[in-house]
Amino acid sequence: MNQSTETNEPRRPAIICRDLRKSYAGKPIVEAVRGLNLQVNRGECFGLLGPNGAGKTTTIEIIEGLLDASSGEVEVLGRSWKNDAEAIRQRIGVTLQETQLSEKLTVCETLALFRSFYSQGVSVEDAMKSVSLEEKRNARISQLSGGQKQRLAVATALVGNPELLFLDEPTTGLDPTSRRQLWEVLRKLRQEGKTILLTTHYMDEAEKLCDRIGIVDQGQLIALGTPRELIASVGGDHVIEFSVKADQHSLVSSEQLQLLPQVSSVRDEQDHWTMSTSKPHQSIPPLLAYLESNQLQLAGLTTRQASLEDVFVKLTGRNLLETERS
Amino acid sequence: MSPLQSKPTSVQHPIFHLVTTRIMEFLRQPDAVFWSYFFPVVMVIALGLSFNQRQGPSITFDVVDEEVYASILERMKDQPQFHPHLTTKQEAKSRLRAGRTDLLIERGEDGSGYIYVYDAQRPESAAARSLVDDRLQRSAGRTDPVPVRDDATTEPGSRYVDFLVPGILGMNIMGGGLWGVGFAIVQMRIRKVLKRLLATPMKKSHFLCSVLVSRLVFLIPGVIIILGSAWLTFGVEVQGSLVAALVVILLGSFTFSGIGLLVACRATSVEMVSGLMNLFMLPMWLFSGIFFSTDRFPAVMQPFVQVLPLTPLIGALRAITLEGAGLFEPAQLIRLSILAAWSIGSFVIALKLFRWS
Repeated sequence: MNQSTETNEPRRPAIICRDLRKSYAGKPIVEAVRGLNLQVNRGECFGLLGPNGAGKTTTIEIIEGLLDASSGEVEVLGRSWKNDAEAIRQRIGVTLQETQLSEKLTVCETLALFRSFYSQGVSVEDAMKSVSLEEKRNARISQLSGGQKQRLAVATALVGNPELLFLDEPTTGLDPTSRRQLWEVLRKLRQEGKTILLTTHYMDEAEKLCDRIGIVDQGQLIALGTPRELIASVGGDHVIEFSVKADQHSLVSSEQLQLLPQVSSVRDEQDHWTMSTSKPHQSIPPLLAYLESNQLQLAGLTTRQASLEDVFVKLTGRNLLETERS
Repeated sequence: MSPLQSKPTSVQHPIFHLVTTRIMEFLRQPDAVFWSYFFPVVMVIALGLSFNQRQGPSITFDVVDEEVYASILERMKDQPQFHPHLTTKQEAKSRLRAGRTDLLIERGEDGSGYIYVYDAQRPESAAARSLVDDRLQRSAGRTDPVPVRDDATTEPGSRYVDFLVPGILGMNIMGGGLWGVGFAIVQMRIRKVLKRLLATPMKKSHFLCSVLVSRLVFLIPGVIIILGSAWLTFGVEVQGSLVAALVVILLGSFTFSGIGLLVACRATSVEMVSGLMNLFMLPMWLFSGIFFSTDRFPAVMQPFVQVLPLTPLIGALRAITLEGAGLFEPAQLIRLSILAAWSIGSFVIALKLFRWS
């Protein structure tokens, strides 16, 4: 009965979602996911980037088979949850946001427990090695640092030697060193050819780790592409940020800025202005001339490489961080 | 890395790992171990001691007249169990109300004889009245037409402590099942461990099985400790077969594990599950005959009392330990059926309602 799916399997994408929707009962009804389409190919590391509350976790948990979608279709490794749940679970590895594994158990005991659920997989030792926790094999989980706990969580997802790995906010709450250590682990897994789907609200994480990124906002995928493609889509690789004396801020005309050479978009950030440009050296002299002729006094001027943050701002008119705070 | 460290970790059946990890978690919490096993022992010994005075009850009574007091002292010499106490009438009445004395004796209205003032509602008070009266009448020269001989029961098997031990055992089985299963599961839900397990190919039947098996593993030392300490300190023995007792204990543990699962099937906070458990256990603490016989409740309450799951558990244990009953007498079969009905009912409903996240 599985023959057709088995032979098709390698050619099917790792994940396909069609018009995925999820709403939660309540007053008013909360629509966490609103018609999301997604395809993750074999061997790629795909990142769902978006602010908290965008629907990333709901989406990933539906794909992991932990939540039922209100409507839409999900296919994982060429199979559907309805018919092949056991086969899918044997082939995927999952880390949830904030699972607190039992504090009283050791690293080794925890991994042996998880390993026992899978019909095939790697040894407990190899799982520890792949997240660099060999030294901690007999340490209780209560003695591990936040970063070590998170690496252990990844190891519990690796013991079944999964084809597809899910990571929900893997580095949230970790210090910079722990984040980099975890990134190293994930890069190695990517090199081994594992397919990875991760969610994050850190754009640097998405930029560094992911082959492709889907930007999620308010339950929908609003942009999709490689980090480079997405950044190019803002209309320039560079961003100019400038400010004038505080009382003059409102005197700056965004229409005038828009007309400056090479400038593709302009945004009022309340205390300063940002402009996307492909060639800053051609945009800055006319900007200064404009300010001069209007007797506006320049208070600060910087240029930087465009980032995914700028992509998000351009698409939604909001900052990732702003959205998070609200 | 030393060669010792690279020794591969063996991986066994999932049930083995689910059970051993639960046991390790428990053993690594010394306070939990202490309260699970030490508390019932303290209870058996404390209650056993306070109700196990070998010399029989001591009787305190108040006398409000000096002359009467002197005559009573005279009549009661060589009777150490009687403790007369001379005081004012007002003081004696207040002591009687507070239960600090059992009986108040005044001079009779015509100058001779006594007036007994006592609380007829209170068993100790009524008993003191008849024992004191008996003593006074006899020393005044009464002879009993029917010869009798007292044979006070302090023999093992018929004392309060013998009655109490099966009650404590039942209470421990109830608490262990509800807390051990219910609380553990709710904590796993709060910590999202249940959800994490759901994301693995773990079979749900393996998880359920491990919950029951680990409950039994925790139960065995508890039973041994309670029965062992009662035997060592008071010589409490099981009159019937140990196998029959074990069967009842296992069925009881299974039943209360099922109820624990039911209580925990949706609860998402420690407060919620604690409240539900106390709500469930309170009627059984009160009515299931842990400390005294359920026969004392009025007939209208009996159907309710008898159908609580702890009542048949303790009843069956008492029948085996005190009367040497087996499992197949009609009364025992009824008790076991009530237990079985509770366990099947709670498991079926719990598994229907159970939420992993």
